[in-house]
Amino acid sequence: MALPTRDVVGVLSDNMRMRGSVLPVPARRASRWARRLGLPMGGPTVLYTGLMYQIIPYIGSLSRLQARVAASPLARFGGLARLANRASRGYGLALVARPSRQEQAELDRVPGNVVRLLRAAGVDVGYLYEDDLYTGALAYDLGSDEVVASHARRVAAAFARHGVREVITIDPHTTNMLRSVYPKLVEGYDVRVRSYLEVLAEHAGEARAPSAGRAVVHDSCVFARYEGVLDQPRRLLAAAGVEVLEPLQSGRHTWCCGGPAESLYPEKAAAVAGERVAQLSAVARDCVTMCPICLVSLRQACGARLAVRDISEYLLDARRSQAGVGVST
Amino acid sequence: MSTVVTSVLADELAVLGGFDAGVCMNCGVCTAACPLGLDLLPRRLLRHALLGMAERVQGESEAIFSCLLCRACEANCPAGVHIAEDVRLLRRWLLGKFEEAQ
Ligand code: SF4
Ligand code: SF4
Repeated sequence: MALPTRDVVGVLSDNMRMRGSVLPVPARRASRWARRLGLPMGGPTVLYTGLMYQIIPYIGSLSRLQARVAASPLARFGGLARLANRASRGYGLALVARPSRQEQAELDRVPGNVVRLLRAAGVDVGYLYEDDLYTGALAYDLGSDEVVASHARRVAAAFARHGVREVITIDPHTTNMLRSVYPKLVEGYDVRVRSYLEVLAEHAGEARAPSAGRAVVHDSCVFARYEGVLDQPRRLLAAAGVEVLEPLQSGRHTWCCGGPAESLYPEKAAAVAGERVAQLSAVARDCVTMCPICLVSLRQACGARLAVRDISEYLLDARRSQAGVGVST
Repeated sequence: MSTVVTSVLADELAVLGGFDAGVCMNCGVCTAACPLGLDLLPRRLLRHALLGMAERVQGESEAIFSCLLCRACEANCPAGVHIAEDVRLLRRWLLGKFEEAQ
């Protein structure tokens, strides 16, 4: 049994209202990687993570927490979860929902991977540090448009303050919010938005890395059907020496990872993920994802049948092996 | 359960945004393509909304909130219905009802 829908939706909207984030992640910790890479503050072109890779392990944890609460007598008290969350000003979930260190470390690595890939392609970016905020994708999906609109104005004001004209994103949900949703919510919003996969594909030459094995590609629904990012990841993987294999449903007809249902209906999410794992594992053991939600959902469902890795890791492996750093293929 | 056909719900949805289920031809392709395999989504649900069956729509809040917004249905819809956005608009409408009830 899941918690009553309205309580969970309420918890998420409250966090958005109070903290500018659906889930709690301390701002300084979320931008530690950028300090290490010496990224300048702001500038005309910035990398904007929207904190997606950093916060997504919390969604998995939230659903585990929810399963525990749902199985307890607490679930009988409608509205209790929401009240408790309000009382703790949104920090309650952080205290009890902790991702494992390894889970967190791997996802935290992705923004740094992206900066390295962009730099290798001759693209320098700035970063907004404490102003790199979650875009509100989950709250928007849940229909909390008013909450998201006021948050979007905050993000747009930060772009203006830091002189940002062009934004490079990583994950599909942040790309979709900044490129296709914010223009509807914020008057006068005029920022060019591209995912790093689109930027890298523009800069890619004809060079081919030595063979790096084969992998099945899992398209994100949002990249494939909302933002038209289909061809770029395939071209980049091929250039990195990866033989790209297609599952039964791929490209524009890709099958969802189940993740969007995770925070409200973990059982339904698991069923959809299980079906997708069967489609993917029928084709190859190695699997490429390009969204943190897909990565976490498929990993939770696949056991030993699939080895799921983010596309940035595949692309960086190829660069390292070309540079002779000794990454095995 | 009310079965009275009224346009109030459709009017309320129109105020929230471009609810375009009216062009649906009821062919069922969307249901066949849906990874959740819910017969209810989106075809019958959208029809309930169009017919103004507010209580029925409220009774289906679990189906409405479990939609993945993945657009697998839309990729196959011959009428070009913006199904995922229609579902999102139903969520907005339901959130309003939740707030009213508190
Ligand atoms: S596929 Fe499109 S036209 Fe056919 S029932 Fe679904 S929404 Fe209606
Ligand atoms: S968007 Fe919703 S209704 Fe359409 S296929 Fe995906 S889960 Fe089913």
